[in-house]
Amino acid sequence: MSNTFVALENLDKRFAGHHAVKGINLDIKAGEFIALMGPSGCGKSTTLRLLAGLDEPTGGDIFIGGQSMRGIPAFQRDTPMVWQSLALFPFLSVVENVEFPLRMKKVGKIERRKRAMEWLERLGLGGMAERGISQLSGGQRQRVAIARSLVTQPPILLLDEPLSALDAHLRVRMQTELSRLHKELGITFIYVTHAQSEAFALADRIVLMADGMIQQIGRPQDVYREPANAFVAEFMGMNNIVRGGISGRSGDEVQIDGPLGRFIVLAKSNPRSRGIASFVIAADRVGLSEASAQDAVANRVNGSVIGIEFVGSTQTIFFDVNGQEFRVQKQQHEIDALDLTPGKRFALHWQPQHAWLLPEAA
Amino acid sequence: MSGNLTTALSRAAQYAFITGIALFIAIPMLVIAVFSFDANRFPTIPWGGFSLQWHEAVFADDMIRDAFVNSLVVGFGTAVIATILGFAAAYIDYRYVFRGKTLFGLLVAIPPAVPVSILGMAMLAFLSRIGLFGSVEAIVACHVAIATSFAMAIIRLRLGEFPRDLEPAAWNLGASPFATLLTVVLPFCKPALIASFFLSAAVSFDEFLIAWFVGGVNETLPVRILNLLQGQVNPKINAIGTIVLIISIALVLVAQRFVGVRAGKTSQSNT
Repeated sequence: MSNTFVALENLDKRFAGHHAVKGINLDIKAGEFIALMGPSGCGKSTTLRLLAGLDEPTGGDIFIGGQSMRGIPAFQRDTPMVWQSLALFPFLSVVENVEFPLRMKKVGKIERRKRAMEWLERLGLGGMAERGISQLSGGQRQRVAIARSLVTQPPILLLDEPLSALDAHLRVRMQTELSRLHKELGITFIYVTHAQSEAFALADRIVLMADGMIQQIGRPQDVYREPANAFVAEFMGMNNIVRGGISGRSGDEVQIDGPLGRFIVLAKSNPRSRGIASFVIAADRVGLSEASAQDAVANRVNGSVIGIEFVGSTQTIFFDVNGQEFRVQKQQHEIDALDLTPGKRFALHWQPQHAWLLPEAA
Repeated sequence: MSGNLTTALSRAAQYAFITGIALFIAIPMLVIAVFSFDANRFPTIPWGGFSLQWHEAVFADDMIRDAFVNSLVVGFGTAVIATILGFAAAYIDYRYVFRGKTLFGLLVAIPPAVPVSILGMAMLAFLSRIGLFGSVEAIVACHVAIATSFAMAIIRLRLGEFPRDLEPAAWNLGASPFATLLTVVLPFCKPALIASFFLSAAVSFDEFLIAWFVGGVNETLPVRILNLLQGQVNPKINAIGTIVLIISIALVLVAQRFVGVRAGKTSQSNT
């Protein structure tokens, strides 16, 4: 708690007819890279705007550096933002754009030109200083926007889906640059995105939001492998959810009976021993074998192929398991030998330690 | 083959038609300009020889000079005030939503739609009542009422191209709302502000009826011209006409250059 730099306390925002943020709580440490993630309309962008002071909360408070932001207007906060649309000033040159925040702080002409040029050099734009914005490529403009936000050496940087307008190749390059910048500067980054790959690549912790509320906070690998509820399980990665009820427990082994059969799940962190429960098995942890083969592995269902989706070298195979859709992810070379014509039946199996018991009921 | 011929003929006909209309509009003005340099007192054909005497006479005439100065003062005053008010109205319309916004918009847009003679008589009656009748200030006030509509329209058009994120971005980077107005909104609107300035000047410079109703002893140039015409047929009128024509065209051309709405491109004065 002591190195919490940004704290959201019961932060609430209601618009006419739309409750965008519903009393969320979040502690962000100094120097952390936080990704705010979620589907459209989940409240992540609204939360960012509240942090920047572009909207006033209807309830709760925001603390930055221990100081309440209530009543402090946007231009008095030190929370520069990199916009999705970049919002560069078309009537100013590149270096004049970068100088702008310093100009607003009444920094002298020579000093601010020097500092702006330093940042442009740092981001590889030294030769572009006098150019107009329209003469730059998308990636270059992106870097001008970043330079402009960082020129005042702020303690925190807000980013609103900054890479969504770039093509895939450029996006990966910029991700690397952002990551490098974050490590070099050591300041807090708060990054809004709906792309899992970006969040996983960049963030120390992910905050997953839906419907105005926080669903889960955690490291990328934790949110990915240990989802807190069904929403997270379905939003992150590719998971299958099996529903049923707990029919017994011995030690860490939980026995679940449901419409798809009987399963054993290893639940070290979850003490539940009865009631309705669901567990998650990730698509890339499901093994395939011939339907008729006998297997000693406990967790198994039979399903028939519905279809295959091809994404690069990864294949996603869709199965019909007693009316429920099951997804299995395999590398191309792993399934070359298998006959995956629709309707063909297979046994789908996994290890009990790979299944994850969802903490909440159903 | 006949397709090409038809197209060519149709092209030729179109050009001829447009040239005809342009000439029809332009010839009276050209005639005036040409005969203003005619040495003869009365415009006759053949031409009496090139002479600058009527232009010199215009500049020597006190009443004409006073009227010209009045026109300049009124024009400049109108341009400045109308541009300021037009910007204010345009910015309010762009930024805020409030009760009565439609009514507000209508009020600003109406003056050019009202018949000028009615406008003139109404202003005359109102100004007499408050004792402002017959002053240069009165003419400026009335011209501002009309020119502001144009200024607001031009600037509002420009603000329509203003990216929505620029103002919040400026606040986010430390600019107070007022500083944002000065350092972001106004520079962005610069071409529209210049265009409004010159167009308002042009509107005022050419405006006759209201200046005539309201000016009293203070004549603007168009009013002086009418009085000249009523008194005598004087070749000085050709000279004045030529000068006024050149000034008006210049004002409008400058305004045009800054309004320049080209498909997919903002005005040239942006870098």
